[in-house]
Amino acid sequence: MARKPGWAARCGVLAAACLALAACQPAVLDPAGPVAAQERTILFDSLLIMMAIVGPTILATLGFAWWFRASNKRAFYLPNFAHSGRIELVTWGIPLLTITLLGGVAWIGSHQLDPAQPLDSKMPPLNVQVVSLDWKWLFIYPEQHMAAVNQLVVMAGQPVHFQVTSASVMNSFFVPQLGSMLYNMNGMSGELNLQADQPGTYWGLSTHFSGDGFSDMMFEVRALDAPGFNAWVDAARKDGPVLNAATYAELAKQSIKDPQSTFRDVDPTLYWRVVNQEIAPGPGPVESGGGQAGQEAKSLGSGAAQTAAADPAICTTGER
Amino acid sequence: MLGKLTWAAIPFDQPIPLIAAGAVGVVLMGVMGWIVVRGHLPYLWREWITSVDHKRIGVMYCLLALVMLLRGFTDAIMMRSQQALAYNSQGYLPPDHYNQIFSAHGTLMIFFVSMPFVIGLMNFAMPLQLGIRDVAFPTLNSVSFWLTATGALLVNISLVVGEFARTGWLPYPPLSEMTYSPGVGVDYYLWALQISGVGTLMSGVNLVTTILKIHAPGMTYLRMPMFCWTSLASNLLIVAAFPILTATLAMLMLDRYLGFHFFTNEAGGNTMMFMNLIWAWGHPEVYILILPVFGVFSEVVSTFSRKPLFGYRSMVLATMVIFVLAFSVWLHHFFTMGAGGDVNAIFGILSMIIAVPTGVKVFNWLFTMYGGRVTFDTPMMWAVGFMVTFVLGGMTGVLLAVPPADFVLHNSLFLVAHFHNVVIGGVLFGAFAGYAYWFPKAFGFRLDERLGKMAFWCWLVGFYVAFMPLYVLGLMGMTRRMQHYDVAAWRPWLLIAAVGALIILAGIVLQVAQLVVSIRNRESLRDVTGDPWNGRSLEWATSSPPPAFNFAVLPVVAGEEAYWSMKERAREQVQAEQEEPAYAEIEMPRNSPTGFICAFFATIFGFAMIWHIWWMAIAALVCAFFTFVVFAWRNRTEYEVPAEEVARIDRAHRAVLDRAYATMQAAQ
Repeated sequence: MARKPGWAARCGVLAAACLALAACQPAVLDPAGPVAAQERTILFDSLLIMMAIVGPTILATLGFAWWFRASNKRAFYLPNFAHSGRIELVTWGIPLLTITLLGGVAWIGSHQLDPAQPLDSKMPPLNVQVVSLDWKWLFIYPEQHMAAVNQLVVMAGQPVHFQVTSASVMNSFFVPQLGSMLYNMNGMSGELNLQADQPGTYWGLSTHFSGDGFSDMMFEVRALDAPGFNAWVDAARKDGPVLNAATYAELAKQSIKDPQSTFRDVDPTLYWRVVNQEIAPGPGPVESGGGQAGQEAKSLGSGAAQTAAADPAICTTGER
Repeated sequence: MLGKLTWAAIPFDQPIPLIAAGAVGVVLMGVMGWIVVRGHLPYLWREWITSVDHKRIGVMYCLLALVMLLRGFTDAIMMRSQQALAYNSQGYLPPDHYNQIFSAHGTLMIFFVSMPFVIGLMNFAMPLQLGIRDVAFPTLNSVSFWLTATGALLVNISLVVGEFARTGWLPYPPLSEMTYSPGVGVDYYLWALQISGVGTLMSGVNLVTTILKIHAPGMTYLRMPMFCWTSLASNLLIVAAFPILTATLAMLMLDRYLGFHFFTNEAGGNTMMFMNLIWAWGHPEVYILILPVFGVFSEVVSTFSRKPLFGYRSMVLATMVIFVLAFSVWLHHFFTMGAGGDVNAIFGILSMIIAVPTGVKVFNWLFTMYGGRVTFDTPMMWAVGFMVTFVLGGMTGVLLAVPPADFVLHNSLFLVAHFHNVVIGGVLFGAFAGYAYWFPKAFGFRLDERLGKMAFWCWLVGFYVAFMPLYVLGLMGMTRRMQHYDVAAWRPWLLIAAVGALIILAGIVLQVAQLVVSIRNRESLRDVTGDPWNGRSLEWATSSPPPAFNFAVLPVVAGEEAYWSMKERAREQVQAEQEEPAYAEIEMPRNSPTGFICAFFATIFGFAMIWHIWWMAIAALVCAFFTFVVFAWRNRTEYEVPAEEVARIDRAHRAVLDRAYATMQAAQ
């Protein structure tokens, strides 16, 4: 009787895992860069180490429960068996050994894959400053003197050094196929180093809930070859608005589903003025304040969300 | 006059909450009407609402948990169906509603399902196991329960009047600050938790005091049943951790009500401090929930294996190691904050170390079954299901404690799957095991076994079908709390997960049916002996349900497994009838409406604070304080059960026992 849950469970897990691996490419297990690749290795190694103890434990649970069932006349009965120094040594020893091994993995991995750690490469990294806004992403390219909204374009094979902050509430910057995520926090600047090995299109998202527009914070990541990247920068530098205090203030207002856009020039101090809170944080819902106003803001918020869903063109952000 | 409260607070434009609240209202009115018409009100008031009996309070805690489980599960079904539908569309729940639902789901399931369930079990069983008559502070116990009920009530009022928090079950600032959440949702959350948190803290103090100071003669610490040890550890954690929660939420309240800047973006506020503080409470909270059910499983596995618990002292040690380590791992909830390699590695390794005592516990249950005579009654089914499921959940938990793995899995559905794996597969299975195990003790009849097992299978299968896809989705990069999405590959898995939720729903329906059927068939399910499972600890030494004073004469404990050794001695001496002890009068605490009245005013106070109705808040606070003053000046605190009454009750029980014993002998 007790065998059933286990078999069902194990088969379920196994089937789920196989299907996941075979049918569709799970982003986290399909790395497109060195950080994600190493993280996948650590994930698999850790699982393997633990399966060595977890697998037998599950089997033993089901086996003991089945064999020592009251109706099994062949099983022995030890009504007073409650202590055994040797067994207890093993019950403490095995988990301890496993954790020692795994602790080593964690220690080395935490240092090697510390997001702030620059990546080994002959090329100097591309600097990108990431600002999460309500509810869109701003990517500033300080050396290229330009910026992009809701699209991240990088050069394949070149490390990217991200500086990460938030204009208002918390978010978390994550491109699953490239590896490590990092929190966006207002008043803080985080360091994150990633790299895309091959040209390709990936997607990123916010992994920290940030309010009504959170689900639409997915963005496109394009890794281009060197000529492609330069062409994209040149094209972006040619036209479009300039990102300065005025246009940023407009951008900082809450909006959902902003289309991809670029800024041909950027105030070079903008990122640090956001981080150092010299620029006021995002204003939040249109009408803030208590009571009646709060209720109105709520209905306005949901109204805006529905309109945006119905017609992306109505979005309020910036000139385009 | 009414602060922020206007007619606009009632969501006339949203049919879902309105209809739901209407239905709940009708059911509630129906029940109330039935109670009043059938004249049950005086009985309820006298015997339950004002009761300070730890058994009754324990039962009410569990009842609250079960009712809130229905509400929390409704939220779960709505989330699963929304995500199943919302591929490339908005589904049927707009973001402002969906966000309230997942916030309410988490808040309810942790604070008003898991917490009351384990506190209820501890309240009910622990004093019986210690062989004592009541907890240390019986009236405080009643106050604790009713304040918890207040919190649950406030969360449910938010369904109709105003809104609930849209910030997740832990309201991270700055999102939860006035600038970004100007509505009353976060205030509902804050006051519900502050008020129930006071209740939880008092309950913790009460139960710690009980375990440390009150024992049956001979019940030394190392003779206490495992459940008492894990209760002790859990309540010590409550006493140490809940003040952190109260302080953190108080700071957030000051931010929201008085314009302070503890966690805001402006004026030096620091969000990261909130995360550190909330998890300094939040991680111990995990162990507050899981430790008592470890105790339940220890009792269940031992009882149904017909063997003592293997490695009792190892288990005590493991429990206390978990208790100490629980406070040293909070940072693993935000490895992705960017704290650096050293900090992440140290907290990662500390988190893994907790897996050692937990592993020891699993192995000890394993060796408790080894050489046993295992019978698969419902509680044991939950225990075996737990051991298999929980080990998997523990494994994914340790995986998330490896910082580089967490960097790609944090906040994903993998994380969601992990904590449901340990909370459902651990806490909830344990609570259900305890419910099936102690139900006959509480009510004098067993629960229907067949329906119980069917419910178990639905829960177990439903859990795997609902949450294994979430592990996969996490690996596919899907993050939690998404109201809609446009990644086609996610959809099939979300559909499977929704089916899993439906299977769990079947389990819940079966559990309700089990309760109804068991009550109707109570005569055939009657537990006459008070010892339906051939138990080993003292709660089985008295009748089912036990008299108000639990034991006619306090049992004398001579070793571990107090009741088992008594039965052994009786068997050895071939003595069915033990000689009658000398009965004496017993002093018991008088029932008191203090808890209920205080909670009544606390509800009004919380509601008034949420809506900024200052005069009402002050009035309610004064009334609540006055209730306490009246209680403090009471003249009579106890009543006496005369020796003849004690003797009459105990003799009746003994007579039943003798008859049962005689039939058993005749059958042999």
